Amino acid sequence: MLGLGADRLWADMNRLLALLFHQGVLDEQFVQLQQLQDESSPNFVCEVVTIYFHESEKLLKNLRGLLMEREFSDYKKMGIHLNQFMGSSSSIGAKRVRNVCVAFRAASEQNNRAGCLRALELLEHEYCYLKNKLHELFHIEQQRLLAAGVRYPMQN
Amino acid sequence: MEGNVVVSRRSIDGFGVSPYDPEEAHVLAVDDSLVDRKVIEQLLKISSCKVTAVDSGRRALQFLGLDEEKSSSVSFDGLKVDLIITDYCMPGMTGYELLKKIKESSTFREIPVVIMSSENVLARIDRCLEEGAEDFIVKPVKLSDVKRLKEYMMREVGFGSENNGVIHKRKLQESRDLNSSEPSVTSSTSPSQLSESPSRSPISSPSVPSSIPTPLDSPIRRLKMTNTG
Repeated sequence: MLGLGADRLWADMNRLLALLFHQGVLDEQFVQLQQLQDESSPNFVCEVVTIYFHESEKLLKNLRGLLMEREFSDYKKMGIHLNQFMGSSSSIGAKRVRNVCVAFRAASEQNNRAGCLRALELLEHEYCYLKNKLHELFHIEQQRLLAAGVRYPMQN
Repeated sequence: MEGNVVVSRRSIDGFGVSPYDPEEAHVLAVDDSLVDRKVIEQLLKISSCKVTAVDSGRRALQFLGLDEEKSSSVSFDGLKVDLIITDYCMPGMTGYELLKKIKESSTFREIPVVIMSSENVLARIDRCLEEGAEDFIVKPVKLSDVKRLKEYMMREVGFGSENNGVIHKRKLQESRDLNSSEPSVTSSTSPSQLSESPSRSPISSPSVPSSIPTPLDSPIRRLKMTNTG
C-alpha cells in the first residue's frame, strides 16, 4: 500500500509538471534546474525557487508602490525592477511570468501608466499561480520521499 | 542584495580539495542577482569547478586584489582563478567595465573572461569580444554553456607552454621567490591605472596575443559565421 502511495505521488508530480509545461508556465530552464539537483545538493530546486519567491515579492511590492504614487513618473526605476524580475524568472524557467514582464516593460517604456497597471495586475496573478503550483509540486515531492522512505527503511 | 562572498567547492574524492589542485578549475562568478548566483554556482559545482561567487564587479576586483581603495587582506594565492564569468548588466560597475579592468591588469589579463547577458545585442557582444572577452553567453545559462567554458580552462591547462596557460601561472606561483617583482603601478584617479597589492607577486610573463581559437560550438563563432554570410 505504501509503495503504491509513493508511485502514485510520483505520477501526480509528473502530471503536474506536464501540465505546467503544457500551459507554458514553466519552460526547459526548470528542467535544467532539476538536472542540477543531486545527492550533495538534494534541495537545490526548492532553495533556488525560495530565493526567487523572496525576491519576486519584494519586486512586486516595489512595482505596486511606484504605480500607486500620486505623482508617479519614475519609469526608469520601474524598468530596473522589471529587468531584475525578468532575469530571475528566466533563470528558473518561469516563462509566463517573464513574458508578462516583457509586456510590462514595453508599457513602461511608452510611459503608459494605465498599461503598466494592467500589466501589474496580470503579473501578480501569474506570479500567484506559479507560486501555488510550485508549492504544490514541492509538497507532492516531500510526500513522495516520505512514502518511499517508509517503504524502504533499510536503504537509509 | 547580499554582499557576501561565497566560496564553495565540490570535493570529488571525499578527502577535500587541496588549494593547489590542477584537476579542479577555480571560477570567479560575478552577478548582482542572488537567484542567478545560486544557479551559476550549482552549474559550476556540478561541472567539477571550485566557485567563488560575488555580487559586484567591485567585490570581484577586491577578491583579485585589484581594488584601488581596498586591497585584499587575505592572501588568495592558493585559489588561483582560472576563469571569470560575469553578468553584463550590474549596478555600479558593469561586466564590461570589469572586463576592461581585468584586461588592463598585467597580472590578470590572461584569465579568460566570459560575459553573460539576458539581452542578445550584437553591438554589446562585439564590444565585449573586442575588449578581449573569451565568450558571450545569453542567459539563462545552461549546463551545455558551462561545459563549453571548461574547454577554455582545459585548453589553457593543456598547453603548458611558456607563453600562456594556467599551469604556467601555477608553476610560477610555486617559484614566486625566484621571479623579480614588477614595479608597482602608482594609483591615480584614472580608472585605467590600477595599484596592485604588494602581497601578490606579479607574474612576469611576456605579453601574449590572445589568439585562442573559438570552440566550434560557441555561439560567438556561429554569430561570426552568420555575419559574414
